[in-house]
Amino acid sequence: MQLDAKLPSGPLREKWDKHRFELKLVNPANKRKYRIIVVGSGLAGSSAAASLAELGYDVDCFCIQDSPRRAHSIAAQGGINAAKNHQNDGDSIWRLFYDTVKGGDFRAREANVYRLAQISVDIIDQCVAQGVPFAREYGGMLDNRSFGGAQVSRTFYARGQTGQQLLLGAYSALMRMVDAGKVRMHVRHEMLDLVLVDGHARGIVTRDLLTGEIGPWAADAVVLCTGGYGNVFYLSTNAKASNVTAAFRCYKRGAGFANPCFTQIHPTCIPQSGNYQSKLTLMSESLRNDGRVWVPRRLELVGRKPSEIPETDRYYYLEERYPSFGNLVPRDVASRAAKKVCDDGLGVGIAVGGRRNAVYLDFADSITRLGRKVISDRYANLFDMYERIAGESPYEVPMRIYPAVHYTMGGLWVDYNLMSTIPGLHVLGEANFSDHGANRLGASALMQGLADGYFVLPYTIGHYLSTMHKGKFGVERPEFAEVVRQQQAQTRRLLALKGQRPVDDIHRELGRIMWDYCGMGRNGDGLRKALAAIPELRERFWTEASVPGSGEETNPWLEHAGRVVDFLQFAELMCIDALERDESCGGHFREEHQTPEGEAVRDDERFCHVTVWEDRGDDAAPAQHREPLTFENVKLATRSYK
Amino acid sequence: MRLQLHIWRQKNSREPGRLVPYAVQADEHMSFLEMLDVLNAELIRKGEDPIAFDHDCREGICGACSLVIDGVPHGPRAATTTCQIHMREFPDGAEITIEPWRAYAFPVVKDLMVDRSALDRIIAAGGYVSVRTGAAPDANAIPIGKNTAEKAFDYAACIGCGACVAACPNASAMLFVGAKVSHLALLPQGQVERTARASRMIAAMDAESFGGCSNHGECEAVCPKSISLDAIAKLNREFMRAVATGES
Ligand SMILES: Cc1cc2nc3c(=O)[nH]c(=O)nc-3n(C[C@H](O)[C@H](O)[C@H](O)COP(=O)(O)OP(=O)(O)OC[C@H]3O[C@@H](n4cnc5c(N)ncnc54)[C@H](O)[C@@H]3O)c2cc1C
Ligand code: SF4
Ligand code: FES
Repeated sequence: MQLDAKLPSGPLREKWDKHRFELKLVNPANKRKYRIIVVGSGLAGSSAAASLAELGYDVDCFCIQDSPRRAHSIAAQGGINAAKNHQNDGDSIWRLFYDTVKGGDFRAREANVYRLAQISVDIIDQCVAQGVPFAREYGGMLDNRSFGGAQVSRTFYARGQTGQQLLLGAYSALMRMVDAGKVRMHVRHEMLDLVLVDGHARGIVTRDLLTGEIGPWAADAVVLCTGGYGNVFYLSTNAKASNVTAAFRCYKRGAGFANPCFTQIHPTCIPQSGNYQSKLTLMSESLRNDGRVWVPRRLELVGRKPSEIPETDRYYYLEERYPSFGNLVPRDVASRAAKKVCDDGLGVGIAVGGRRNAVYLDFADSITRLGRKVISDRYANLFDMYERIAGESPYEVPMRIYPAVHYTMGGLWVDYNLMSTIPGLHVLGEANFSDHGANRLGASALMQGLADGYFVLPYTIGHYLSTMHKGKFGVERPEFAEVVRQQQAQTRRLLALKGQRPVDDIHRELGRIMWDYCGMGRNGDGLRKALAAIPELRERFWTEASVPGSGEETNPWLEHAGRVVDFLQFAELMCIDALERDESCGGHFREEHQTPEGEAVRDDERFCHVTVWEDRGDDAAPAQHREPLTFENVKLATRSYK
Repeated sequence: MRLQLHIWRQKNSREPGRLVPYAVQADEHMSFLEMLDVLNAELIRKGEDPIAFDHDCREGICGACSLVIDGVPHGPRAATTTCQIHMREFPDGAEITIEPWRAYAFPVVKDLMVDRSALDRIIAAGGYVSVRTGAAPDANAIPIGKNTAEKAFDYAACIGCGACVAACPNASAMLFVGAKVSHLALLPQGQVERTARASRMIAAMDAESFGGCSNHGECEAVCPKSISLDAIAKLNREFMRAVATGES
């Protein structure tokens, strides 16, 4: 496997400009002759499909939901970063670049991150022009807030629904192109596999989720925008349909998978209330600005009502351990600290499976200091949402929170042109690995998805089409029928499963293995346990699972079973990667590598690289490749929040 | 808690459906959809046919979930989607009827799932600002008052769930269309295409066989995002403008 990142030479600030000039263009009259498949309609997919169609390409766009507007991006709350420096507080493209590289714990490419920071500025302009109602100041200018521990205010937001408004903007651009006849939108179509012809990505095979029909689609290039794989943990903040299938099938067809173990755990989510729990809900990080995190100080106090625990018996562990950042330490630090106190038996709330996995986020002091009105102005919608789910009012009783899987930094490996190791297969948004290193900063995923779709791919895809792409053909090529046949066989195999156990139950079991051994804290022994347990569970899947219904109708259970089969394989790759990366960095915390105070210890000598995995068939271990990371513009430093 | 359910079962859009009784043991902390998950797991274990329903985010923002609970789209709690309803809203022993959205323009796909693609087709008929990627001016070049932005946001918050249609005796989509038209009509960016947008979207709505509005107000009552009826008044004004300027 060749890992040529195609990074342009020259000074960091000039790389993207220079590169754009060097990219080959497609003659405007020829663009309509190229058909492009875009899989996914989240921020990355909608923005790419709309922008490609505007340029004149002939686009087919696919999504699982019944409307492109329902993609998982819709749920993003907090905001989107951009280096506009509207607040005159010292922000710049350079600072956003630096913060992102450092936030990612020095495991991302400098050139990619710099380009992202440059483009961030144009994204906001584009969204405003589409009618995205960002928050404004009284004078009519755009408002900003500081987010995720950043020291400047560079986050643009639309109440607590920024993802929704940005996605509706991108969706409207997409629907404009549908209106113009330039995009054919295929809703309720799930990509099951990638089709290669002469080693290039030339199409996909999908299941029509209404009729069950498995069919081929041919194109001149494929753009994958299928989101992240957090649902490998079963419980996560992701939407229920989020999956790894499309990306994993591409991996099985030869695309390198980069850093699969890099997962982000978000510290403030509503905890599990029972074994029936189907997903976890995020509570915006902004709450930590006014809430104080605590648990009972001693084991004897566990199980008491919060009001019955006197002030002196409350352990404000973040404030005590991190006096200068206190409750505002970064996501990974806050998450691990919560896990530690709960592992020590000091957790609060409802016991699920004999464990109390929650800590208090208490607003009482802020309400006393600022008044209920101020707190309500800031957080009313979040408090209401919490109250609906948890059944308690945070004005009266401290919120209960616990970390949850939230985002996956790993993904398919792509070069600077967003092309994977399979020529013609481009990967955008959360599905690729590119810009966040080992940890993503708050409000940076929306920025990256839209940068990829609006402003990177539209330039780089033309280069592929005019320099590497060869031959015109449709689904009559035998390669298509062969993949359709394979997928039909797999579907029959799944429908033949008539065991006793719902697939959901097996998915849950996989999630528990992953959370226990490949979650917030990981160690060699645990990962080896997981690597024994996952193949065993995979085998049991094929004897225990029950998949109801047929393949000629709407069948959500068949859909889910197919996704779980891929999660069961992919989980193993995550654990292999986590075991191989024998250092702590960002969201990847190897318990063997920490300071006496419990802080992560990186190993730049041995691990300053991207690990890229190549599939070698179901029965062989994957091959490991490395893309070394070189830092010419920033100095590798240790993150410290003491 | 023990519940008695009556759930609409329908194999596909061609065959007739009917209400089927089920009993389920639930927990007050469960969400409504988790209660259905528990029932489905039981049905699968017994080798029976589980119940299909639409859902995805399960946090009230994607607009996928769509159940009529005891005759009310999205169920008993105001300004709340189906997925955000929790079982503590119901007494122990409750009897609950669960049905799909009912409207001619939303054919049933299976059980509780319906086809809402008509709403996408209405948006494709001009529910956007025509701006190419790359053609945008600086975001602060056109100031927008805080209150205007907030008002535009209130309309833009629509999640496209279709509850308004399901609640309306005429199955009208006026609240949905009004929300989009009002959102864009309030912003300077939406001005140029303002009149054409209103008349095209209304024509598309009529073509999809949604009914007309006769001011019942049921739509506002069930809307999980509390979109105000003002949206419909605004839509009517925009439409009159289109007629007056000959752009309809
Ligand atoms: C609760 C929550 C809050 C967040 N808040 C923020 C925030 O404030 N700021 C921020 O920057 N980031 C935030 N994030 C992260 C951010 O929302 C996501 O990373 C981002 O939206 C992903 O966009 P995407 O376009 O890559 O993928 P998605 O939006 O996940 O879209 C995936 C698309 O692919 C389709 N798809 C998937 N698989 C298939 C298949 N096999 N076949 C066909 N189609 C398929 C889906 O239908 C969908 O259309 C948040 C995430 C969560 C979970
Ligand atoms: S107006 Fe309200 S009820 Fe109607 S689609 Fe929008 S959010 Fe749903
Ligand atoms: S499932 Fe998304 S709004 Fe209910």
